[in-house]
Amino acid sequence: MPAGTLYRGREGMWSWVAHRVTGVLIFFFLFVHVLDTALVRVSPETYDETVAIYKTPVVNLMEYGLVAAVLFHALNGLRLVAVDFWSKGPRYQKQMLWTVMGIWGVLMIGAFYPILQHTLHSLSGS
Amino acid sequence: MSTETANAPSEGGGSTGTTRYSVDNPAPLMTPPRARTARTPKSTRTNFELYGWLFMRLSGIVLVVLVIGHLLIQLVLDGGVSKISFAFVAGRWASPFWQIWDLMMLWLAMLHGMNGMRTIINDYAERDGTRMWLKMLLYTATAFTVLLGTLVIFTFDPNIR
Ligand code: HEM
Repeated sequence: MPAGTLYRGREGMWSWVAHRVTGVLIFFFLFVHVLDTALVRVSPETYDETVAIYKTPVVNLMEYGLVAAVLFHALNGLRLVAVDFWSKGPRYQKQMLWTVMGIWGVLMIGAFYPILQHTLHSLSGS
Repeated sequence: MSTETANAPSEGGGSTGTTRYSVDNPAPLMTPPRARTARTPKSTRTNFELYGWLFMRLSGIVLVVLVIGHLLIQLVLDGGVSKISFAFVAGRWASPFWQIWDLMMLWLAMLHGMNGMRTIINDYAERDGTRMWLKMLLYTATAFTVLLGTLVIFTFDPNIR
């Protein structure tokens, strides 16, 4: 185990781990995403053929996962800002984490159908 | 400064909660975590890490709007991913508003992500050489991606064919 990677456990450490993992995932996705978007400079056909991959069921599900990662990273990032800049932030960090998870859960339920409707429709043949 | 602990009370004082430290029995002296010692590297002379820390928070706040707005438009509203095509991109980049939106999102997200990855490399890559090469790779990939994306936004041609 590299030095300094173990912290005190519990909410504070796990939210930090999740923030780090989601940050790395989003960064790698962004790299790929700029490359695929750059195909608009090649030809409309090349771009549309590549975007078709984004419309397959497996990749569509990965988009839902990407949204899950981004939403967590964004909401928890705002919590970090509150912990650092709000005088009572550190005292309420735990409550704020559960607020983040609550908002995250509601948004994920709300996003389920809109994001996956493409796959749901294609699988049900309509 | 020393980390001498020889003066700690020996009669199990810690667990009873009563402090037995006194003038004759002073509490142990510990080196403060950030104290400068002979082993501390020489000062870097700038506040680079402070500005990096601040940038992560400020860019993060702006990115909440840019990124969540982007995901809403591309993946949630109006049929989700079904509608995305060359024509859809052309429609959006016809407006300078969305061009600037995407440009800011590209630059802020890449710089924010790059600085975050730099922190992570510094945390886990313990050998100087490994750290240096990983960061070179990171900076090269970031510069390439930012420049490619910027070029694509500015040179987009809806009538390419
Ligand atoms: C959506 C809004 C976002 C917010 C509010 C946000 C917030 C933050 C904050 C405050 C930090 C600093 C953590 C620290 O200093 O300890 C951070 C770290 C990080 N962010 Fe973001 N971020 C956002 C988007 C992104 C995006 C789009 C990416 C990827 C391109 C990203 C990648 C990272 C990485 C890799 C780290 C480093 C994690 C670590 O050191 O553990 N973030 N984020």
